[in-house]
Amino acid sequence: MERTPINGIGRLASSRQLHIALATAVFLIYPFLVSDYFIDIAFYFGIYTLLGLSLNIVLGEVGLFDLGHAGFYAIGAYTTAILNTKFGIPILVLLPLSALAAALFAYVVCSPVIHLQGDYLLIVTLGMGEIVRLALINNPFDLTGGPNGVFGIDFPSLGPWLVIDSSLEYYFLIWLIVGLTILGLTRLQDSRIGRAWNYIREDETAANANGIDSRSYKLLAFVLGAALAGVAGNVYASKLMCVSPESFSFWESCLMFCIVLIGGMGSIPGVIIGAAFISLFPEIFRPFAMYRMLIFGSAMMLMMMFRPGGVWPRKRGAVKYESLLEGTGRSDA
Amino acid sequence: MHVILEQIINGLTIGSFYALIALGYSMVYGVLKLINFAHGDFFTLGSYLGYTVLVFGAALLTAHFGLWGALMAALVFAGVSLAIVGLIVERVAYRPVYPAGRLPAVVSALGASIFLQNAIMVGWGPRFQAYPAALIPNVHIQLGNIHLTLLQIVILLLSFVLMGTLYYIVQKTTFGAAIRATAHDRKTASLMGININKVILFVFTLGPALGAVTGIMVGMYYRQISFTMGWNYGLKAFTASVLGGIGNIPGAMLGGLILGVLEMLGAAYISAAWKDVFVFIILILVLIFRPTGILGEKTAEKV
Repeated sequence: MERTPINGIGRLASSRQLHIALATAVFLIYPFLVSDYFIDIAFYFGIYTLLGLSLNIVLGEVGLFDLGHAGFYAIGAYTTAILNTKFGIPILVLLPLSALAAALFAYVVCSPVIHLQGDYLLIVTLGMGEIVRLALINNPFDLTGGPNGVFGIDFPSLGPWLVIDSSLEYYFLIWLIVGLTILGLTRLQDSRIGRAWNYIREDETAANANGIDSRSYKLLAFVLGAALAGVAGNVYASKLMCVSPESFSFWESCLMFCIVLIGGMGSIPGVIIGAAFISLFPEIFRPFAMYRMLIFGSAMMLMMMFRPGGVWPRKRGAVKYESLLEGTGRSDA
Repeated sequence: MHVILEQIINGLTIGSFYALIALGYSMVYGVLKLINFAHGDFFTLGSYLGYTVLVFGAALLTAHFGLWGALMAALVFAGVSLAIVGLIVERVAYRPVYPAGRLPAVVSALGASIFLQNAIMVGWGPRFQAYPAALIPNVHIQLGNIHLTLLQIVILLLSFVLMGTLYYIVQKTTFGAAIRATAHDRKTASLMGININKVILFVFTLGPALGAVTGIMVGMYYRQISFTMGWNYGLKAFTASVLGGIGNIPGAMLGGLILGVLEMLGAAYISAAWKDVFVFIILILVLIFRPTGILGEKTAEKV
């Protein structure tokens, strides 16, 4: 049986594919047109996009206020840094391990507090993020190197023939990861899990009444979000070759929070826009020197005044009507 | 024994700083359900304004009103200025985003915080500033075994007078009842004829003013201020207000004092480096077992 495509939707889908193809083309060509400095800026844009995507699962999809996300990021980065410098485990092997470590950490620390509501969850996650940072500063078991951090982290490599050690290669590494993540997350958004998450965000009581185990779904969101933040931490650590606690301050958590809200809760294109704003804005306004953060702060206020729902909010009813008709033999009602 | 008593008094001193700042968070949160991230920077700005008055106007003021008069002038000037700044920030940064819900206001508040922090940096420079010494005569007092300074006594007295006054206003007067009613249920309160705008104005003038006064006290106590210090104190004070039960005014005072004492005891008996970890662990434990804080009431809130 062949489904007859509906004209309007068919056109929409192809224009969307066109946009994605265009964006991909720009990303592929861009690094060959600019200097290393701008490639590095685009790299950090990628890191912030990944962090934004990871927080977006928790904050955007499920609506859980998490102001300690930098803690998970730190766990990923320090797992990479310590295991690499002490045991010489290759960075790319540590990529899934960092994700796992951050996820495990999230599971352990979030389990007892997942029942907290709204701002109380916010302060607890904030406290956890701070505990992680303070613990790193205090150098437990002589592992984290105290305020100076850990030095001498390797480049990621796949044998001797592929070593990622230039800005260009890092750029492609991070954006490859971001691309794969986006692919996975878009699939997740329309899945049973994604819909359950959104249900919990909109009305937790009703979701529970409909048989959604909100506790496990919330934990799942934290675990997945932490795992992605751990991946970001891994790439960040190997790019910088050193990690120190000040990279994972409360301020970083706030930036991630802003990325999600500036873009629009639960919206993947929104996260990219939010990350672009956070990472590119201070660079663009560098000529303004000491005034640039003043402008940055004002811009944040202005954006919320004019686009309180975010720059690119997620459209309601994201589950497409025609996919529900699939297999019913009807094309349109 | 006297060590523990001294640590408790030190704890009460910094606890009263946290409590006074926490009041600003808690009042605004109670009325608007908004976490005012800019509040820590109100505190910093107050500290810098007080510093300016004390450094540049001290000679003139001391000649006319004496040392205490100069200090009073700094407190009043910083308090009044910050009340005005608070009103402006409310009008510019928060009021336009109220209708959009709570989360956009968080970004707006963070934006206001960045703005204020960098405005202070532009105005006074990025370096630490040293508060003038011996504003209050450096008198040491021995009470039995306990060693105190006059500065500590002044700080404790001033904080407790301010907290007591606020407690009286909120718990005993008609306007205080209006504030509590608004915090409890804004919509119903406005249906009962309470002027919500007046309440909002009140919390946005008094909160920053209290923050400013605290800023000056912190400057005198530690003798050193920086444009980023609001972030740290804000975090602690916000923690304190949640510990006490956010939105609850006596809770904010209690939370601040408890936090200060815990911090000092943690520093003395566990480890100075781990004291903040200790504080946050206590906070998390309290919230696990009392999810709405020490004095917070259990409400069926839909978030």
